[in-house]
Amino acid sequence: MSEETMIEKPSYDDIISLVSSKFGDKVKFKESTKKNVKAINEKRRIYMSADREIIQDLAYYLRDKLNFEQASAVTGVDWVDHLQVVYHISNYFNAIMIEITVDIPNDDPHVPSVAPVWGGANWHERETYELFGIIFDGHPKLERLLTPSSYEFFPFRKSYKLRGQE
Amino acid sequence: MDGKMKQDKMWVTMGPQHPFSHGLWTLRVEVDGEIITDAEPEVGYLHRGWEKECEQRDYQKIIPMADRLCYSASMTWSHLFCKVAEEALDIEVPERAQYLRVVADEICRLQSHLMWLAAVGTDVGNLTIFLWALREREFMLDLNVRLCGQRLTTNYPRIGGVRNDMPYYFERDCLRGIERFEKALWDILQLTDESSIFVGRMKGLGYITRKDVANLGITGPAMRGCGVDYDVRRDDPYDAYGELDFEVPVLKEGDAYSRYMIRIEEMFQSCKIIKQAMKKLESIPKTAPYRLKVPKCIPEGTHVAKMEDPRGESLMYLISDGTDQPYRLKVRSPVFVNVSASKHMVKGVRIADIPAIMAMIDMCLGETDR
Repeated sequence: MSEETMIEKPSYDDIISLVSSKFGDKVKFKESTKKNVKAINEKRRIYMSADREIIQDLAYYLRDKLNFEQASAVTGVDWVDHLQVVYHISNYFNAIMIEITVDIPNDDPHVPSVAPVWGGANWHERETYELFGIIFDGHPKLERLLTPSSYEFFPFRKSYKLRGQE
Repeated sequence: MDGKMKQDKMWVTMGPQHPFSHGLWTLRVEVDGEIITDAEPEVGYLHRGWEKECEQRDYQKIIPMADRLCYSASMTWSHLFCKVAEEALDIEVPERAQYLRVVADEICRLQSHLMWLAAVGTDVGNLTIFLWALREREFMLDLNVRLCGQRLTTNYPRIGGVRNDMPYYFERDCLRGIERFEKALWDILQLTDESSIFVGRMKGLGYITRKDVANLGITGPAMRGCGVDYDVRRDDPYDAYGELDFEVPVLKEGDAYSRYMIRIEEMFQSCKIIKQAMKKLESIPKTAPYRLKVPKCIPEGTHVAKMEDPRGESLMYLISDGTDQPYRLKVRSPVFVNVSASKHMVKGVRIADIPAIMAMIDMCLGETDR
């Protein structure tokens, strides 16, 4: 994607129509039902779920075409029957934040890394790896960050019980 | 031998106990002579599984825990947690509570920036700034005591409002304190900006470009010092910030000195915000509600809220499952991301310049390691 085609300040409707025409049914949009939240009423939040195969393409598209410059957060969720990676992506020109959820099966916890796209996702992905055991393919340095490197378990999974939870 | 003297590169470990680190973390730097060629920050000494611990606590019990994420930004962290819980409950807090929160947040921002200024003073070798900044900070903490009953970990916001209304004469004390502080800040600036030694230690160091700063995830004063014109308070307003009039300082230089100037300017703006909010509070009747009654359990769903912390953009992502405890609570700490980019700031500078550059991150390990 060249620099000329970048839309600096895409509107809420632009983002939804462009992303859905580019990725078709691999990206599904979700509507929020909240009535009293300012940011949702003023259309500054977009919720979507994506297939894990296209997450890197989607990331490059959001960065290069729609000017989403920053990955605010990347995190994992253990839904017991499957795992999930959640991305929060921000645009500084129109203050829109996109939430992308990617479901991944328990027995194959791999997802393409977005650290080459957004440098800020680097440590978030390392943290998600060490706490949830989700492996980010293509990450420049996927090592434990907060916990000792000798740990062989993933403490934030629901199967890891704290004292009092057993 | 080709006639040139050869020197091997070597790795130097700075920290975890080092005067510049302000907490337990390590910056490993690779040096060629005295020039830094590579760096690798290491954190995690304080990791206590904060997010996991929240999963077995009631929502109300997480508010004082959120205070402990960072001692000098305690108000914004507990405010953020209340905000994400309110979003989950889909409620808007009463107007009076919104303005009280703004006042409390800005007092917190002032005292956090003063703590940072004191630390910069010692890092750059001017101990008088340390004493002067901490003296002014003490007045801000006194205001905290008057409003919330605590100096640092205030435990003041509640889900649906704030714990208590203003005490008697708080308005008078607050306005007097802020006016006094504005004058005192000019005095402090004579020690800093007028001192060529102090300025010379920061100017022209730790450059980051506009493109990198966004891509590396840096937020807050460090981002605005590199030319990104974005502040969550103005562009994605929460609580009463949308109705207040203030400026967002932005500088294009992108060096350590511009990050310093942004924080100084932010202190003046915080004073402006407090004065406006106080004026607004006068017009809201004292009998107006300052807290809503909220249910103990939060309905099922996923919720996200973000806020302008003194150090950058903080974000919380909450998954509720209908019980009185969260299923998952993710904290995005601004310092966690800013410090991961420190590698790009220190490349090419000398070892002696590291304290001046790292001071502009305003390190806080409680929220970094969680």
